[in-house]
Amino acid sequence: MTKTITDVVCPFCGTLCDDIEVIVSDDGKKLIEVDNACVIGTEKFLHSQSSDRITRPRMHQEDGSWKEISYDEAVEYTAQMLAKAKKPLMFGWSSTNCEAQSVGNEIAEMSRACCDNTAATCHGTSLIAIQDVGLPSCTLGEIKNRADRIIFWGCNPAHAHPRHMSRYSIFPRGFFTGKGQMSRKLIVVDPRVTDTAKMADIHLQVEQGQDYELLDALRVAFKGEWLPDVVAGIPSEKIREAADVLKSGRFGIIFFGMGVTQSLGKNHNIDEAIAVTKDLNEYTKFSIMPMRGHYNVTGSGEVFAWQFGFPYAVDLTRGFARYNPGDTSTIDLLTRGEIDAMLTIGSDPGAHFPISAVKPIANMPSVCIDPHLTPTSGVSKLHVPVAFNGVETGGNCYRMDNVPIDCRKVVEPPEGMLTDEEFLIKVRDRLKQLKGAA
Amino acid sequence: MTKNISLNLISGRTIQQGVAIEGGKEKPLYRTAAGIIEMDESDFKKLGVWKNTNVRVTSPYGSVVVKAIETSQGPHPGVAFIPMGPWANSIIDPNTYSTGMPTFKGTPVTLEVAANEPILLGIELVQKLCGVKTA
Repeated sequence: MTKTITDVVCPFCGTLCDDIEVIVSDDGKKLIEVDNACVIGTEKFLHSQSSDRITRPRMHQEDGSWKEISYDEAVEYTAQMLAKAKKPLMFGWSSTNCEAQSVGNEIAEMSRACCDNTAATCHGTSLIAIQDVGLPSCTLGEIKNRADRIIFWGCNPAHAHPRHMSRYSIFPRGFFTGKGQMSRKLIVVDPRVTDTAKMADIHLQVEQGQDYELLDALRVAFKGEWLPDVVAGIPSEKIREAADVLKSGRFGIIFFGMGVTQSLGKNHNIDEAIAVTKDLNEYTKFSIMPMRGHYNVTGSGEVFAWQFGFPYAVDLTRGFARYNPGDTSTIDLLTRGEIDAMLTIGSDPGAHFPISAVKPIANMPSVCIDPHLTPTSGVSKLHVPVAFNGVETGGNCYRMDNVPIDCRKVVEPPEGMLTDEEFLIKVRDRLKQLKGAA
Repeated sequence: MTKNISLNLISGRTIQQGVAIEGGKEKPLYRTAAGIIEMDESDFKKLGVWKNTNVRVTSPYGSVVVKAIETSQGPHPGVAFIPMGPWANSIIDPNTYSTGMPTFKGTPVTLEVAANEPILLGIELVQKLCGVKTA
């Protein structure tokens, strides 16, 4: 007989769906079927069961081959690496739980490391903007129940957050949005006609990189002032039409993504989007929310912030926390060649950093803690496979609206495998001995 | 006759890329999902090439071979899209302009036909560019 586990949390994207059902074998060792999850979430659960999975740490050898080593040897290498390094970098954290992140921060303090999460390449610029001008936001539950004006700006949830629209933003019937999709107007701003844009009431096909100009034009249109005939590739009549739709709503929300955070303008694009939100609050109620990518990147920001005071790009090399994006941020540290050891956990900079920031990783002592084979594990000296967080171990995670949700363990990891937290605790304890603190 | 065209490159998530990264980045499916460049039909005509031909994409920051496919999220003439991953990151603009964030969207690139050049697997590509010795 199989067992069905209900209310499982999906550890893929920041939507952190908590209605997944997982069917496991009687002994709880095999995951057989996944219901309710999107195609990406399903793949994540099922991949944990693959027969070709790496289950023991591996060391890269001089001849290019890999040698299997024990977890104890892996702990020793990692602790020694961090103890010897002058300026180690501990990067990632977004695909692991808050408990492991907290242990990681203890290690970072002891080894005077730079620590950073994947906001470095997703919403880091949003965090800068939020520190500059604040963020009037809300929860996804409020959006489901109240929002009748939805903007997706530079994001494509149909691909990146596949159940966001069905659970919260477009289709669900909420308390004040009883007609579901019929109760809502959808505006999408994107230089491509994305699958999200195809569902929109209004699609503003902005010229790539001119989001700031379009946001500014909307602010002018709210006030009914003069506009040029075309702004950022959009005719002024269409901008005014969008402005009127936004002003006439009862509750609106701007969801924004990489289209604005990664294009030129960066944090200033977000400043302006927040200013649009502020302006709209003169006519109706409006909120704004970043579409966070990794399922616990928000949690990583929270843990950094409450332990070090800053949400990412933290530099502890002087014995206290410093934060100065552009100086203490990962891409800049790597490309300037300031780092002499790299620990990666719960992320894949090898695949998702510009190649000029990956090359230094291949030329320094490096550890990659990741259940998968990745480009990062491929260029690191040591690869430490661990249990899948959210599948083989539980732990606390934060949804994109800063709501903490406990992930659930649904199956046992392969025998003898450690979780992120267990491995980091061993590293921490060994590092204490090396530093003479025990 | 060899033709070159210039396009504005952006990168980002696709659902196929999401499935492929969770299914295993060492597998050919990852290359199928992210070792591609999505182009507008009009840009295929300008380049003078059939759909599903390998092309070499070059920017001031690097060069990579990917398969040119017709976009399913267009039209977007003049704009090209490579899903996030090692292929896009071989050529995107790494400048952060003191924000910490590379310029993943909006890199000027040129395309030329490279029908007989192979598209590397994800891990293989990064290892090669980093000069990592493999067995």
